[in-house]
Amino acid sequence: MIRMLLWIVGGGRHGTGGSCLGHTAYAYSVSMSIRHGLLALLQRGPSHGYQLRAEFDAATGATWPLNVGQVYSTLDRLERDGLVVQDGTPDADGRIAYRLTDAGRTEVSGWFGSPVSPKGAPRDELAIKLALAVTTPGVDVLAVVQTQRTATMTGLQQLTRLKARAGDGAEDLAWSLVLDSLVFRAEAESRWLDHCEARVARAATRRPAPGPAAEAAGAATVERSRR
Amino acid sequence: MSAPLLELSGVTREHRQGDVVVQALRGVDLSVTPGELVAVMGPSGSGKSTLLQLAGGLDSPTAGRVCVEGRDLAGLSPAQVAAVRRRSVGYVFQDLNLLPSLTAVENVALPLELDGVRGGVARRTARAALDEVGVGALAGRFPDEMSGGQQQRVAIARALVGPRRLLLADEPTGALDSTTGEEVLRVLRARCEAGAAGVLVTHEARHAAWADRVVFLRDGVIVDQSGPVAPAESLLAAGGA
Ligand SMILES: Nc1ncnc2c1ncn2[C@@H]1O[C@H](COP(=O)(O)OP(=O)(O)OP(=O)(O)O)[C@@H](O)[C@H]1O
Ligand SMILES: [Mg+2]
Repeated sequence: MIRMLLWIVGGGRHGTGGSCLGHTAYAYSVSMSIRHGLLALLQRGPSHGYQLRAEFDAATGATWPLNVGQVYSTLDRLERDGLVVQDGTPDADGRIAYRLTDAGRTEVSGWFGSPVSPKGAPRDELAIKLALAVTTPGVDVLAVVQTQRTATMTGLQQLTRLKARAGDGAEDLAWSLVLDSLVFRAEAESRWLDHCEARVARAATRRPAPGPAAEAAGAATVERSRR
Repeated sequence: MSAPLLELSGVTREHRQGDVVVQALRGVDLSVTPGELVAVMGPSGSGKSTLLQLAGGLDSPTAGRVCVEGRDLAGLSPAQVAAVRRRSVGYVFQDLNLLPSLTAVENVALPLELDGVRGGVARRTARAALDEVGVGALAGRFPDEMSGGQQQRVAIARALVGPRRLLLADEPTGALDSTTGEEVLRVLRARCEAGAAGVLVTHEARHAAWADRVVFLRDGVIVDQSGPVAPAESLLAAGGA
């Protein structure tokens, strides 16, 4: 029960700046998203902080604007953790480019390969992830969508299990209406994923094919290994 | 775990139109045990209805096997397949096809009567099935005297009536509002918990979530599945720690 309530609080507090708990979880998740976002951008090639900020804004439609201080402090932490290294010497303006290490590359594919958890996390991370997935070379966007869809469905099934055992009393009604609000939110996410998938598949068939491999990928078939 | 009531192994269904071959399903494996409700989701044209028609013996695969209650449908005579369809399988189709000249209760009683159940017994059983989906009061109405959602519930009652053990439902909540749709899923789920095996095709994630497992079809292939889900008790217990 407690975990369920934390989940509700974590999701519900987003943006209201409410309790300490909700706020911290939100801040943590945002910093994780920036971290992974920058790593994903570096997958395209070495880049420095200003450039990364511009690319992040371009990829996410400036919905989550970053300041350059955030970018550099994140790069420092990524360097400390061995996920990026400085690439050569500073340029004429004193700006240092960074590139991914092998560990950084592994981190990026791990991020794209795992679903965003609903517990305490604002939905923004999912939007950021998909925005970057469609613009990062070598990422199978349809697989990212399907991984999330399966995770979202599992959450939805769990909520429905809880709902199914609620009785007809007033307290049960209140509880099941709260569950319903989470159910409808998860459903909206699932429909948004359907929409993303259809858009990505359509874009892939319309784009002039660079080669036969890309054409096959455009056939909207998500071939992925089963768990 | 008990033996599967429905088992599809390596099932492929091709449609040939001149030189063009459409593969509606490709190498699908799926088994559903008694007590289990499985939902099938996927975009339009991904093969969901094809899968249900094969599962219910209304269509045959071009490759692979479909077994119902342990019997390979390909090994049965047409009369035997018809008997399996009547006795073991309950369908709710995408188009409801209630007979317009019969009342609700007559529509529901029809499959029982075709199977030799006496009129009075068939009607009482049919009436109970209508009550179960909340349209008992409409038993004497003809289809064109009911709303789309009410007709849909009559069609569901017809699929559930009698001792059917395999329930196949293709978008059974299409014309229903949110709470009525949920009622139908509760009925379907209760039937499965009582020992039936169910396969539910739906576009609505909220409805699919009533299932134990959800399989995702894309272009005739199962690409992923979610579940089985832990029981509600353990979901709550885990949070207390
Ligand atoms: N008799 C047929 N002849 C040729 N192609 C067919 C036939 N029946 C189905 N198909 C094709 O097989 C594929 C799967 O069809 P199916 O009806 O199973 O899809 P579905 O997932 O149920 O779609 P919807 O959500 O629109 O009901 C489609 O591409 C369809 O055009
Ligand atoms: Mg269909």
